[in-house]
Amino acid sequence: MTRKQKRLSVIGGAMVFLALASGLTLYALGQKTSYFFMPGELQAAVLEPGQRIRLGGLVEKGTVVRGEGTAVAFAVTDQVHSVKVAYSGILPDLFREEQGVVTEGTFREDGVFVADSVLAKHDENYMPKEVADGLKATGLWQDDD
Amino acid sequence: MIVETGHFALVLAFALSLVQFAVPLAGTRLGDQRLMAVAGPVAVAGFALTALSFAALTAAYVQSDFSVANVWENSHSLKPMLYKVTGVWGNHEGSMLLWVLILAFFGALVAWFGANLPATLRANVLSVQGLIGAAFFLFVLATSNPFARIDPAPMEGRDLNPILQDIGLAIHPPLLYLGYVGFSICFSFAVAALIEGRIDAAWARWVRPWTLAAWVFLTGGIAMGSYWAYYELGWGGWWFWDPVENASFLPWLSGTALLHSAIVMEKRSALKIWTLLLAILTFSLSLLGTFLVRSGVLTSVHAFATDPSRGLFILMILILFIGGSLALFALRASSLTQGGLFHPVSREGALVLNNLFLTTATATVLIGTLYPLLIEAVTGEKISVGAPFFNLTFIPLVMPLLLAVPFGPLMAWKRGDLYAVAQRLFAAFGGALLVVLLSFFFVDGIGVLAAFGIGVAAWLMLGAVTDLALKSGIGSVGAAVAWRRFVGLPRSVFGTALAHFGLGVTTLGIVAVTTLEVERIVTMRPGETMPIAGYTLRFEGIQPFQGPNFTEEQGRFVYFDAAGRERGAIMSSKRLYTARQMPTTEAGIATRGFSQLYVALGDPTSDGGVVVRVWWKPLVLLIWLGGVVMMAGGTMSLLDRRLRVGAPSARRSKDVLKPQVAAE
Repeated sequence: MTRKQKRLSVIGGAMVFLALASGLTLYALGQKTSYFFMPGELQAAVLEPGQRIRLGGLVEKGTVVRGEGTAVAFAVTDQVHSVKVAYSGILPDLFREEQGVVTEGTFREDGVFVADSVLAKHDENYMPKEVADGLKATGLWQDDD
Repeated sequence: MIVETGHFALVLAFALSLVQFAVPLAGTRLGDQRLMAVAGPVAVAGFALTALSFAALTAAYVQSDFSVANVWENSHSLKPMLYKVTGVWGNHEGSMLLWVLILAFFGALVAWFGANLPATLRANVLSVQGLIGAAFFLFVLATSNPFARIDPAPMEGRDLNPILQDIGLAIHPPLLYLGYVGFSICFSFAVAALIEGRIDAAWARWVRPWTLAAWVFLTGGIAMGSYWAYYELGWGGWWFWDPVENASFLPWLSGTALLHSAIVMEKRSALKIWTLLLAILTFSLSLLGTFLVRSGVLTSVHAFATDPSRGLFILMILILFIGGSLALFALRASSLTQGGLFHPVSREGALVLNNLFLTTATATVLIGTLYPLLIEAVTGEKISVGAPFFNLTFIPLVMPLLLAVPFGPLMAWKRGDLYAVAQRLFAAFGGALLVVLLSFFFVDGIGVLAAFGIGVAAWLMLGAVTDLALKSGIGSVGAAVAWRRFVGLPRSVFGTALAHFGLGVTTLGIVAVTTLEVERIVTMRPGETMPIAGYTLRFEGIQPFQGPNFTEEQGRFVYFDAAGRERGAIMSSKRLYTARQMPTTEAGIATRGFSQLYVALGDPTSDGGVVVRVWWKPLVLLIWLGGVVMMAGGTMSLLDRRLRVGAPSARRSKDVLKPQVAAE
């Protein structure tokens, strides 16, 4: 091979590889991202059946019910709308009524949100950022400081 | 008084960093030796002042001086002494002070060890280092002053975030910063080379040890952070593809690429411009990581109290350095001489392949990390890109790279023989295949993919061993000769083999945990037992316990092996840190070989039991031990004679030996 051919073959190989990688990345971005919603935003949202989303808000007061074994039910609210959530597993340390949570999962046919992960805020200084922004956007943010 | 001294020292250090930037740069422009010689002493003095400033803040923490706002917000008089000291960097202001301390430390190292650098290169490097320092000193002083006072002084502090009250805080941030900030030296060398318009193989020999050192520290920092998250958060996960983790992983990936391309540049004078670009990109990714973690755009344990002005300030530093260096690169890179050509199938070719894969992987992780931020900035929609994205993109990109790793070190420079190398790796391949078959038939619950993954890990480890065996001639020459050759191999050959072996060890740990882990969530009452992975776990009961600044409910478990023998106790608890009224889960972990039994307590149930989450984590310790082996490999390479610039004669004799070794 001449110098030029050598260089072209290397560059060509790299290009094919990069094209494959970007294709894979674009596909994954289309398939594997999940959108965040507050309860009030769900009415307007168009969800495909079984689409994974993240649902955030406050844990509604008086709704936390522990069932058999590890099952837990509670409602997530933005103070106006609320959504029932079913979860099985250990709740995070900072899970409390009237505190911010972000849950991830899918809607069941009866409208209950089945979460496979529940995240609470990491420390006492802040809400999950999405929940704080969401509450501020709807004017329901209460500053407790 | 101590606190004011610390503040004053920091202001002086800022002023000195401006001197360090301007005076040597003017010296190189004017060709004035005396102006250039200013750089060294100023860098050392700047480091001394920053160290004084850091010591002053530490003193305020040790004495629990709550008149300092930073101490009041993050400390408590009852906090154990270890956490009083490590708590200095367990907050935004203190961690940024640690950042600039390490930056000044690296500047001083260049001043100390750079005596044999050409005077202009040394002056330019320290000048660039001074500019980075000036930007970050100004950032600390203007937006994140750790020495601000409050009046009247409160009686008691608000305590450190309990998650941070752990030995991990003593190790993870300093190691990580030594890595992050260590890459600033490579950046400064790259920018200095662009300013001078000259770059040669000697340049690569100077840059490589700094890259290696930074990489070793970053590897340790990431591994430690991962292990810390694993045992402290109580979720049993060791990597979440969280943006903050990615922020540290990105410079690691591109730093690894830099490490390899610098070899080509040093040995063969090729890939010069590419190596320069990688040096700039690696530190740019470190800066990006600092921005992501410290600006508060991300929510995580690492984001302390947020303040928009800080984010904007770091963003401006980011634009100044990344934009400036890339603009300089665009202007000057074409004037640098191109290096030699090589055949695609050769050691150089293998290293280019390594770079192609690593930089593509870096780009993928970067896109996955920044995409949600971009989408939110543009459309306001909040999306999350999590593990599924990275599993789908990163793993397919990295798998072929892992398969190719054993080939690289066996290839000859300039023109290699793929067929001959494949023949030499035949035994390693056979061994790996055997491992696949054995694990497929003898490990319970293993799938085809998992067996294949374990095979890849074995392939990496056996490949590294093969490399050493072939280079010392084991099997082809007598044992005594082989031993002499083995001992006489260059340290960098051991370094490569160790680092690649460590990669295999980590891979094995990752594959084993992801595919063979057993998780059970059950409700247990005292006296009840549950089986898990051949062991039986018995819940003994819960007892209250009073710690120095927390109270806890300790759950006691005992576990038995398959033969019914008691093997030990596991204490797992729910803690409440009284000052912040913050609960944490303290997981109980029992180590069996390289595997672990991991027990986390949940909430009590109405029938007197407690929810318990138990994992069997097979070979989990290998994930981090592999990191330690990689660090050992990097350190070994660092000890190679050829990297000691002052030993040219010994280096020449090594170079004469080299082709023979590689040609065998």
